[in-house]
Amino acid sequence: MSTLFNSFARINAVFIKELIQMRRDRLTFGMMLMIPILQLTLFGYAINTDPKNLPTAVHTAEHTPVVRTILTALKTSGYYDLVLETDDPGDSDRLFAAGEVSFLVSIPAGFTERLVRGDRPQLLIEADASDPAAASNAVSLAETIINQALRHDLTGALAHLAPTAGPVDVVVQRRYNPEGITQYNIVPGLLGVILTMTSVMITAIAMTREVERGTMENLLAMPAKPHEVMIGKIAPYLAIGGIQTVIVLLAAHYIFAVPFVGAVWLLLVGVSLFIIANLALGFTFSTIAKSQLQAMQLTFFFFLPSILLSGFMFPFRGMPDWAQVIGEILPLTHFLRIVRGVMLKNAEWMDINTELFAITLFTIAAGILAIARYQRTLD
Amino acid sequence: MSELAIDVRGLVKRFGDKAAVDGVDIQMPKGQVWGFLGPNGSGKTTTIRMICGLLLPTAGEGRCLGYDIRREAANIKRRTGYMTQKFSFWTDLTIRENLEFVARLYQMPNRRTRIDDTLETLGLSDRQHQIAGALSGGWKQRLALAAVTMHQPELLLLDEPTAGVDPQARRDFWDEIHRLSTKGLTVLVSTHYMDEAERCDRIVYLAHGKLITQGRVADIIAESGLMTFRGIGDEVRALAEPLRHQPGVEHAAYFGAALHISGTDRASLERAITKTEHKKVAWSQVEPSLEDVFIALMSRTGGDRRSHG
Ligand SMILES: Nc1ncnc2c1ncn2[C@@H]1O[C@H](COP(=O)(O)OP(=O)(O)O)[C@@H](O)[C@H]1O
Ligand SMILES: [Mg+2]
Repeated sequence: MSTLFNSFARINAVFIKELIQMRRDRLTFGMMLMIPILQLTLFGYAINTDPKNLPTAVHTAEHTPVVRTILTALKTSGYYDLVLETDDPGDSDRLFAAGEVSFLVSIPAGFTERLVRGDRPQLLIEADASDPAAASNAVSLAETIINQALRHDLTGALAHLAPTAGPVDVVVQRRYNPEGITQYNIVPGLLGVILTMTSVMITAIAMTREVERGTMENLLAMPAKPHEVMIGKIAPYLAIGGIQTVIVLLAAHYIFAVPFVGAVWLLLVGVSLFIIANLALGFTFSTIAKSQLQAMQLTFFFFLPSILLSGFMFPFRGMPDWAQVIGEILPLTHFLRIVRGVMLKNAEWMDINTELFAITLFTIAAGILAIARYQRTLD
Repeated sequence: MSELAIDVRGLVKRFGDKAAVDGVDIQMPKGQVWGFLGPNGSGKTTTIRMICGLLLPTAGEGRCLGYDIRREAANIKRRTGYMTQKFSFWTDLTIRENLEFVARLYQMPNRRTRIDDTLETLGLSDRQHQIAGALSGGWKQRLALAAVTMHQPELLLLDEPTAGVDPQARRDFWDEIHRLSTKGLTVLVSTHYMDEAERCDRIVYLAHGKLITQGRVADIIAESGLMTFRGIGDEVRALAEPLRHQPGVEHAAYFGAALHISGTDRASLERAITKTEHKKVAWSQVEPSLEDVFIALMSRTGGDRRSHG
């Protein structure tokens, strides 16, 4: 009991020292608050808004009134900006690679004739979905736009061709990214991304700074145990993570109108565990890095797979197996399931406890590694 | 419980294949002030770090305050105050915040009054809210000394505490060391200033990682069997080179404007002086200084390879 008390006293000493240093380091402190705002603005708006007037190429084998109706409808929907016409139906690769257009609409020969026969002819829309969110609305609305437009045309003798199924079979090929990501996925996901980036980095730096400034020798000469230094050092940043969470959630609600259907307390449990996991990892990095620069590099080395393989950028189940295996190790993967689950799908404790468990496991592993690697001497 | 504050035998520390410390024995009784002398790079810092458990010796055994330096570092840390060569308190904390951190870490009772008293004693009360990084060298040293003594250690290890500090601050610092010593502390101070050796009960002299000699200053001088002649005069500099090559002259070195030559045989020293006779230089025998002795000892043990960095 008394050893626990002593231990707590030393943790408290480190905690207060860190808190003062954090407060005094205005630049870092400001950065910690600016990063969520900056990322929300950049990611939130760049990916989430419902972009219109996307450049579109058209390949059409015939110029009938029906085709004109379709093209006009696409144009007036506001999503498609018909910028060029191409003769070559296989031209999409070149056009997409050059970034000239986002869509290629192909209307094959005999389209009108088959439409009139009631054959539900195919109309192909190829989409450059490398920026999936950008393309998703335009694409998902295409069928509706086209079929509603034709309903006006197909009157009189042709009225029987306007059935509920829609006269045209719009086939969409999303290129480069088979699944689209919906708008709501992004902002909750950003919470995880922001916390990963800042939490890992800040603790990784906090420890290597002691080494670089030579204060480590002093710290080592005093009677603080490795786990006491670790806990004392990461605790203040838990508060920072909390502030960041509040910023993102407020933005999610008031700016991006993301629904929040689940339990707040459950999300907070997830957020806390997730922040601790990242802080522990940052501490581990700081025991590996020899300088603050190296600590930064390690952070980015970790950040990259986190962003790419966690399901933030690309749908998790759409990734190859090996990538999914790596993804399962990353705390961000599990956190994304928690935050999206709780906020959007009203996930309950039973739905996400395996994710919470996975994050806890990661934290323990990182903590053990950190303490094992923590230098007790200057050797 | 041993009466020795420091008792280490055969300490060796290698960095790569270079031995920074090479077989050092120190038996230091409690309650004294010991000077730890030697040129830069002779292994003083490395030895001190091994004594307080901050570096693991490559070879050798030892105890500090009765605790094994390899296995009981935690106990040693609680009872020692170690002042690092380079200022290692937090430059972005104020003086008071630094002391508060130390006080909390050592769980000192009556923290507030204890810190107030410490600040008072050191004359730092007015500056307690200054950022430590903004202090001058001398004040930083006082802060460091205050911080490492606040938990009332039994042993103080001070690594070149007066390097780069002005003479008045140096004197004050030494007064403080003696004040602490009279209160029962054992103090090991490393330095490369010879004049500071005179303020120590005993000295240990290290060169190239090896212990050259240890003992009382007077004894070391006496045991060396050295005799020194001092030449004063305008053109004394011209004599250094020829004198150095005379038989029986162990070394010739400048002390200010004077030239000292030392050796163990009076007759050969006098012969050397006559041989290099110079009208404008007057010679007299003087008590060898500690530095004369060290220079001689160094040349006996393989030449002076000291580097000043
Ligand atoms: N961490 C280290 N790695 C490699 N060499 C070191 C290290 N620390 C000290 N040395 C070397 O060991 C020798 C002794 O250094 P040190 O103990 O600092 O001497 P002093 O304190 O007497 O100036 C020097 O040559 C120094 O370069
Ligand atoms: Mg040194």
